[in-house]
Amino acid sequence: MIRIDKGFYSRDGFDLAMDLHVQRGSFCAVLGPSGSGKSTLLNVIAGFEPLANGRILFAGLDATSAPPAARPVTFVFQDHNSFAHLDAWSNVALGISPSLSLSEAQRNDVDEALKATGIFHLAKRKPGDMSGGERQRIAIARVLVRKRPILLLDEAFAALGPGLRREMLALVKELHHTRGLTTLMVTHQPEDARGLADGIIFVDAGVVRSPMTVERFFESGDRRIRAYLGDWQALPT
Amino acid sequence: MVERGKRVKTATPSSRVLLAAPALVITAVAAGFLPLLHFAASQGGAFALDAYVWRVLGFTLLQATLSTVISIALALPAARALAFRNFPGRPLLMALFAVPQALPAIVVVLALVELYGQAGWVGGWFSVYGLGGILLAHVFFNLPLALRFFVEALESVQPENLRLAEQCGFSSSAHWQHVEWPALRPVLPRVASLIFLLCAASFVVVLTLGGPSATTLEVAIYQSLRMDFDVSRAVTMALLQVALCAALALAAGQLAAPVATAPLLRSMTGTARPQSLMGVSALVLVIALVLPPLVALLLSGITNFNLRPALFQALGMSLLLATGSAALCVLLSWPLAVLQVRKPSWRGALSATSLLGLMLPPAVMATGWFILLRGAGGSLTSSIALISALNALMALPFSTTLLASAMAQTIPHHDRLCAQLGLSGWRRLRRIDGPALARPLAQAYLMAFVLSFGDLTAVMLLGSQGLVTLPSLIASEMGQFRSANAQGTALLLAALCLAGSLLANHLSRPESR
Repeated sequence: MIRIDKGFYSRDGFDLAMDLHVQRGSFCAVLGPSGSGKSTLLNVIAGFEPLANGRILFAGLDATSAPPAARPVTFVFQDHNSFAHLDAWSNVALGISPSLSLSEAQRNDVDEALKATGIFHLAKRKPGDMSGGERQRIAIARVLVRKRPILLLDEAFAALGPGLRREMLALVKELHHTRGLTTLMVTHQPEDARGLADGIIFVDAGVVRSPMTVERFFESGDRRIRAYLGDWQALPT
Repeated sequence: MVERGKRVKTATPSSRVLLAAPALVITAVAAGFLPLLHFAASQGGAFALDAYVWRVLGFTLLQATLSTVISIALALPAARALAFRNFPGRPLLMALFAVPQALPAIVVVLALVELYGQAGWVGGWFSVYGLGGILLAHVFFNLPLALRFFVEALESVQPENLRLAEQCGFSSSAHWQHVEWPALRPVLPRVASLIFLLCAASFVVVLTLGGPSATTLEVAIYQSLRMDFDVSRAVTMALLQVALCAALALAAGQLAAPVATAPLLRSMTGTARPQSLMGVSALVLVIALVLPPLVALLLSGITNFNLRPALFQALGMSLLLATGSAALCVLLSWPLAVLQVRKPSWRGALSATSLLGLMLPPAVMATGWFILLRGAGGSLTSSIALISALNALMALPFSTTLLASAMAQTIPHHDRLCAQLGLSGWRRLRRIDGPALARPLAQAYLMAFVLSFGDLTAVMLLGSQGLVTLPSLIASEMGQFRSANAQGTALLLAALCLAGSLLANHLSRPESR
């Protein structure tokens, strides 16, 4: 579904090499030390950052120079996923039409997305009057109305408490299965990766490694992976 | 050992000592304002509200409104063209747009006359004197000011919001509606009222480029006092000016506070949105308005630079006045800033106190001081003292805001550690707070210095025989049609003011090691 051929990113002295193939329908966690380039990888896939060399293909189609809006991708950021002056309903509707002129069917889609994410009753609220979790639900609802097959999450729930984070991850997992999404999720929590993902993309030392299975990653004897994980496995779960 | 129930003593001198500063400011302002009220009362409230006063008020409002509308209308599209793009030359353009604020008004007037005057480089197709010239000068000053405020506001847009807009494929109108307008809306009224206030209280530009039919309240007050000796009319107009400026200063809200935004967008790759024709045209127009007068100033100044005794004397007097004025300003703003940080409940009153110097225009203050000291005679020493005081009051809001903001980020964080280490009073000031605040203090001093160094208003209002500064030398040489000499003097004044502003700007950046 996502293929990066001999991709190379370079900006302000930071280089990242990527050669990647992510299967359709897979759920990959992107792990790696801080500053290794996890977010950059997602930004390159979304089209926010350009590749210096190489190609990026979605379902076999070259999209290397396609603008973000033309890519089959929806991105959920850690924060600022909504516009402060618009209510929740309009923030979701933007995903369908930036001018907010929607047909009846599209209005229903927005309502359904708000219901599916549990914030229909907050439709008229502005983001400033909502909790962090509710604001992230706006972003997830937008994922639903945009109907793009690839979902990118950049530490989307890192700012939430553990209970709420688990709840949101469960929601994402459910959407991933029911909508047949291909999901890439940057996280700093190895337990999230172990609980949700079916593959791990490890980013370290300027290189994006090809996806590996969760079991292979956590049992890996690779020095860098071991250094990254540290004594994580020794911690009580 | 700290006694039970007793708060840890901090470095702050007692509030009573610090309160001397606001008391002094209020006394100085009252000395300017109360004689006016007393005079008005002694006239039985018979204000000279004749047709002339109404005409002057009307022109004041007209030129300020037009200057504000033109500045905002051009700054908005130009800011849009600048804010969301990284292109070669952008930093140079932003630096160019910072220059007008550092230039004294008389220098700009001279440059505009050199360029657009009857015998100017491109002169003859409109008169630089009258409303046209006043608008041109005001737009030269305020258009880049508005532009920089708007660019700063636009650059405060969260990168995620911008990426979201890209991802959703926003059109230009949707981008304006959902991304740019929400960022600009909070700053627009403040910027507009600030520009209106600056233009309504403009003195040097109107005095030099205006005429009998193009006079504002500020200039008419000066003319009534200094030429017609009509104190009654001056008082009437001074009270009108106070009402106008106070209303606008209150409307402007945080007048002296910069827009508190972080330049976030520059950290991300420039967007792919194409430039709109309107944005590029506005940007070209702004450059065409700002750049030629600066080039004219530079070229004519270099050609006509002439070292002569009068120039050295004026330079010496300018340095003397600016040194004293900046010292007085910092001495007053330091306690005001400490009180703002230490006594949050007093912040509103203290902020209003520091704004008094702007709310009461210099012509008004000078009118009051003029009435109060009528019998005292205008000696050189008293003129120097009064000019320094007036300039210090005008710079006070800016230096107080700067120091209070720096202190809020340092002093409270030092309190507990200093208390634990037993550092207080002078030792704490010398070892901890002083070094931490050295840069903002120097910056505040330099800002006040530059404002005073380029000022002509206070010198015109309170000057005496023999008191010649660089700006007043330029004005007098212009009046005597010795424009070649004036151009050389203007270049020196502009260069020194720019150097001071650049140094102040450099000090505002975090210290690099």
